[in-house]
Amino acid sequence: MAISPPQNRLWWNEPIERVEIGWVVVAFLWGLFMFFFMIAWHFIGGQNLSTETYRITPAAYEQKVATFAEKYQVSEESGVPVVRPPVGEDVFILARLWEWWPLLELKKGQSYRIHLSSIDWQHGFSLQPVNINISVHPGYEQIITLTPTEAGDFGIACNEYCGIGHHMMTGRIRVVE
Amino acid sequence: MTAIDVSHSGLAAARAAFRTCRFTGLKVDIAAQRLIMANAVAAVVFLAVGGLMGLLVALTRWPAVHLLPSEWFYLVLTGHGANVLLFWIIFFEIAILYFASAVLLGSRIATPKIAWAAFVLMVAGAIMTNVAVFQGDSSVMFTSYPPMQASPHFYLGLIIFAVGALIGVGIFFATLVVAHGERTYEGSIPLVTFGALTAAIIAVFTLASGAIILVPTWLWSLGLVAEIDPLMYKVVWWGMGHSSQQINVAAHVSVWYAIGALTIGAKPLSEKVSRTAFLLYILFLQLASAHHLLADPGMSATWKIVNTSYLMYLAVLGSLIHGLTVPGALEAAQRRNGYTKGAFEWLRKAPWGNPAFSGMFLSLVMFGFIGGISGVVLGTEQLNLLMHNTIYVPGHFHGTVVAGTTLAFMAMTYYVLPLIFQRDVIWPKLARWQPYLFGMGAGGISLFMMGAGTLGVPRRHWDITLTDAMHPFDLPSGGFLMMGLNGLAAVIAAAGGILYILITVGTVLWGKRLDKGEAPLTFPLHKQAATVAEYGSHATVKLPGTIILVSVFFLSFVLYYFVNWKYLSEIWLLR
Ligand code: HEM
Ligand SMILES: [Cu+2]
Ligand SMILES: [Cu+2]
Repeated sequence: MAISPPQNRLWWNEPIERVEIGWVVVAFLWGLFMFFFMIAWHFIGGQNLSTETYRITPAAYEQKVATFAEKYQVSEESGVPVVRPPVGEDVFILARLWEWWPLLELKKGQSYRIHLSSIDWQHGFSLQPVNINISVHPGYEQIITLTPTEAGDFGIACNEYCGIGHHMMTGRIRVVE
Repeated sequence: MTAIDVSHSGLAAARAAFRTCRFTGLKVDIAAQRLIMANAVAAVVFLAVGGLMGLLVALTRWPAVHLLPSEWFYLVLTGHGANVLLFWIIFFEIAILYFASAVLLGSRIATPKIAWAAFVLMVAGAIMTNVAVFQGDSSVMFTSYPPMQASPHFYLGLIIFAVGALIGVGIFFATLVVAHGERTYEGSIPLVTFGALTAAIIAVFTLASGAIILVPTWLWSLGLVAEIDPLMYKVVWWGMGHSSQQINVAAHVSVWYAIGALTIGAKPLSEKVSRTAFLLYILFLQLASAHHLLADPGMSATWKIVNTSYLMYLAVLGSLIHGLTVPGALEAAQRRNGYTKGAFEWLRKAPWGNPAFSGMFLSLVMFGFIGGISGVVLGTEQLNLLMHNTIYVPGHFHGTVVAGTTLAFMAMTYYVLPLIFQRDVIWPKLARWQPYLFGMGAGGISLFMMGAGTLGVPRRHWDITLTDAMHPFDLPSGGFLMMGLNGLAAVIAAAGGILYILITVGTVLWGKRLDKGEAPLTFPLHKQAATVAEYGSHATVKLPGTIILVSVFFLSFVLYYFVNWKYLSEIWLLR
């Protein structure tokens, strides 16, 4: 009985049922498979989150993004610059209460080094409807290399709770052919 | 409320009063009984408060209803997480620890006065945090990620609560020592106590991590510490937050075994395998903090892979083993009870009208199929990108901690009431339906939130129409549909939850007293519930039903796992 002491005091000498052994082996092998599959995906897969990260002060990051936006701005929408960086150029996205800044225009099939950091609280970069979700911290600048594979307008929502304006925090990436 | 049938003490050192349970023959320490009652009552109160908040949250996230204004939504969501995940679950777990030590071992509880002090601390802490939340300037979610800051007493309440809980865990260890020293039992501790021991050991690690991170955060909120690094906070906080989920798993798996024994006389197939499975939890779950940092900067891929998989999925292996040994033990017992036809007579003829059994079985199935599978997928390094911080995450953990843990604890309540409170369960017809109602609702909210998250709906989000946003865009309409269905399921879950509260409170106040007279239980125990029997499955080693169930589970797992890789392979390239 599970609620009384095992009757056989030497329970560790009991034989184990065959079905138990069988399942332990299957489950263990499946665990191993899943473990090695994560490693394998770093070699065979096209979607791995880069871990390239630098420490940076919010003020310094804000400055970098402003310089970037000024340099490649092509137009403006509701007071926010629309920025079209040349292919291969580093791209900066700034998270703050409560927007993803600036708006971006990228080319389909081209790779960009995208920098992400926050200048206040934590935010959640959530690119939709692609469904790529990355945490963004203040004080840490993360760089991911992103290659859009489809054209169109893609929204960025915030999915890390960041205060009362959390549900108003958005941004946009437009991908052109 | 308590009758003292037998009043003696094993040793002069122990002046404890005992009674003998006329249903199980267990010797029950009256002091332990009172402590179990107090902790169970507190648990139910916080479930009532927190559950109501859950309903309000779900109704707000139902696009067609959108009940609360935004400030209230975030406030209530913070309160919901704290009250149910921390206060309800941990109070109930303390009750389980006292039960699994003092009652199952027939021992006196160690230092009841200190146990009461622990209880008072926990209540005081929980109230303090609730006050902070309701004052309105601590809507930081129960995770309270810096640099967002709550009032100092929000953190202080949590710290006091954790200290109380830690003392409670200490009482459990001390009681094991007392029982061992006073030889109140023979041989090894029962499997259920062993499972509780696992939970307690994990709890020490967990509560320590909690203190390490919450104390400096509290000082920071007082202005005494200049800065809390947001990444470091997350690593240590989740050392508490995730590991504490393994306490829940160890506790509810113990409850599954206990209910199996009480309702159909189930025994572990082999003690060795079941105990080793518990041991795997202790050895490997400390690593799981990584589950919450897979999409964060600053950690190497190696660190993520090793930690998120608990070193090659060895803690998951523990759960997978229980996934076979629990239904296997049930099947073996039912076959011994005479239900031997075909692969599934044992299951068809199980006591489905007994809410303890039905609740336990639903908890077992939903924890495995919904909470377990989604947890492994979500915790896979690359797949996490697809769902991180979407409402898939709450979907996953309502599968573990609501459909799994909460439902198991509810099921256990149907025996805590008669055996500890000594009151017969009232409204048996309604009680019979309660686990189905709550289970359906809990399974529903889990699945629909997972569905919505797969479509990109963010978590902790007041307005997915994004109408007030600076750059509005449309989330997929399927996501809105899922959130509507989630609202419906939430209403069903809430109905089941309210029914549970009414039955529990009603029974405690007005249930027929069982300490006087010979009245039988409305939901009877198996005749062998506590008598010692041959361990193991005897001759009933053929468990075709369990093998089929486990195969279906395994196939679903593999299929769902690869579907997600397929989905991942189709998104933008990322390196
Ligand atoms: C009537 C039952 C319940 C309903 C309808 C319900 C519903 C919900 C909903 C809709 C969310 C919000 C998701 C979001 O917006 O991000 C949520 C969050 C949550 N629920 Fe529940 N829930 C219930 C019971 C429980 C129970 C029993 C537990 C724990 C044992 C629990 C633990 C949580 C936690 C930890 C969160 C996350 C809060 C956060 O994001 O900070 N819920 N629940
Ligand atoms: Cu944000
Ligand atoms: Cu946000």
